Amino acid sequence: MRLQEHPVLDFSKKRGKKVTIYFEGKPIDAYEGEPIAEALHAAGIRVMNYTPTTGRARGIFCAIGKCSSCLMKVNGIPNVRTCITLVEDGMQVERQRGLEPLPRDYKPPKWKDAERVNADIIIIGGGPAGLMAAIKAVEHGASVALMDENPMLGGQLVKQTHKFFGKREQFAGVRGVKIAEILEKEAREKGVNIYLETSAIGIFQDGEERIVTAIRENKKLVEFRGRAILVATGAMEKMIPFENNDLPGVYGAGAIQTLMNTYGIQPGKKVLIVGAGNVGVILAYQLLQAGVDVVAVVEAMPKVGAYFVHAAKIRRLGVPIYTRHTILRAEGKEKVERAVIAQLDDSWNPIPGTEKTYDVDIVALSVGLRPSIELLHQAGAQALYVRELSGYVVQHDERMETTVRGIFVAGDSSGIEEATTAMLEGKLAGLAMALYVGKADVKNAMDEMEQVRKDLDEFRSGPFGERARIGEKKVMIK
Amino acid sequence: MNDEYLSRGYITTEELKEIVDMPSEERLRKKPVAVPECPQEIPCTPCAEICPTDAVSMPTPNDRPVVDYEKCIGCSLCVQICPGLAFFMVQYRGEKARITMPHELLPVPKRGDEVILLNRKGEEVGTGKVVLVIPRDKSVGDTPVLTVEVPLALAWEVRAIKVKEARE
Repeated sequence: MRLQEHPVLDFSKKRGKKVTIYFEGKPIDAYEGEPIAEALHAAGIRVMNYTPTTGRARGIFCAIGKCSSCLMKVNGIPNVRTCITLVEDGMQVERQRGLEPLPRDYKPPKWKDAERVNADIIIIGGGPAGLMAAIKAVEHGASVALMDENPMLGGQLVKQTHKFFGKREQFAGVRGVKIAEILEKEAREKGVNIYLETSAIGIFQDGEERIVTAIRENKKLVEFRGRAILVATGAMEKMIPFENNDLPGVYGAGAIQTLMNTYGIQPGKKVLIVGAGNVGVILAYQLLQAGVDVVAVVEAMPKVGAYFVHAAKIRRLGVPIYTRHTILRAEGKEKVERAVIAQLDDSWNPIPGTEKTYDVDIVALSVGLRPSIELLHQAGAQALYVRELSGYVVQHDERMETTVRGIFVAGDSSGIEEATTAMLEGKLAGLAMALYVGKADVKNAMDEMEQVRKDLDEFRSGPFGERARIGEKKVMIK
Repeated sequence: MNDEYLSRGYITTEELKEIVDMPSEERLRKKPVAVPECPQEIPCTPCAEICPTDAVSMPTPNDRPVVDYEKCIGCSLCVQICPGLAFFMVQYRGEKARITMPHELLPVPKRGDEVILLNRKGEEVGTGKVVLVIPRDKSVGDTPVLTVEVPLALAWEVRAIKVKEARE
């Protein structure tokens, strides 16, 4: 099912040419520019593969290429992340059953044939942090190559229909989708060398040069060389334990936003949301905007963690929020058909007799994010666990440089916050990298960095900034 | 105000009165007046930045907005821009009240339409008439804004509407 009308988004302009892909031999309508898993979802297909050991059905979970829950066989090649691989006319897609080998005649690409890309600065991640860093670095005289494994720029901004907070100079009052457009336009106009559908797979060093190895469109190798690297790889959705939490239809909140707001695909008919933080209640509102029924939002904590105003938006439209409640299990055969919730006592145990069953086809998990630091870890940056930043993060200094010289970090990969702080951190890192590679005018860049630091401190100064303030203290290298 | 409201996700009218000084009846009868339902200290400033008469004070971005009802001219720019959709305008007219609210759902009702009135917890509390629509393309905040005429007794209850026909 595809969305036709929407109060904020216009999909008629976004959809590309109609093409046909084949799922287990059956033709499926799809549109150019949309990934395989999303097109299959629109056709009602939820099961992407069966697990190797127990043969359990798996569907999408994150829909941004991070979780491997959507691996399928595409044109005979197994382990394709179908959530970020775009459809092509005539494509043959099959469910993967466990571990499947590459075809015998398959010839992997060779490094000697890799495309070489040189720039002063290499940026991994084209979300708010990466784009802002690229824009700032180019403004201050550096050349930038930027890669993102998704088919479009903007990171998670591309699915945010709500207006952002902060100050108006920081895009407050502007919808996330619009901010993504503005940043992309600016980055392209300033001449940032952009590589989409390009996954970074390693960071290496060669003298003063740093190398990022990458795979483009699942098949071509690319070698990026520069003096400084920014890792702005964002975050990954967390999972919580409950019975059948792997059932297709138990989706990360972001995956539902991707289906619905990026590609105009109705995620389901009735949704239960787990977690009343900002992501959960904003998702509830976005589902209502897409005409999808939200039966309830459950939250284990005694209070709503979201900004109150976001919660109030869904309450006045009749969506109940049950604090001190959790999901006990999902039920259904190879797809979510029901969800059971219960109230929690003071020791967090479900209270017998309080169970409620909902007929839903989607369970949305919005139980937090964790920073994506894999590449930083591999590059040798010093990591530590910081609860306030929602997971393992790397140490960095005031200029966002990690413990490995020339490698910088910004945005959610430096600790979970939000897009406004990601953009500010991106600005800092962009300026710092332009200085590091010797292209920026020192005084100009230093002055601008000081202003950005002030803006960051101001944004984080309220009660909602407390976690970030504590977390930043723990990771900051003096 | 204690934070009991955070276990529910909505504030009661009594709680609203604890977070804002309410405009006088005399002021409410003069012209529309903006009343923010923004109880937390969050880093957000568009209402104060857009107000043409500096009626919204907010010394630092994390302070709550406070409206000077004498300076407020009832222009609705704050209702249009507020990212939290937390600004409303209220005006008393005879035995009716007019509530101005953001409406980001489809369909957007038309002027003259009768709509179902919803309170802060989504309960249907009656019907009212749409008297003004600012469509999305005329709104500075990209958010359609409706003014709905409701019974006076519901002036501090109604904060959303539902369009009568089922969406097709």
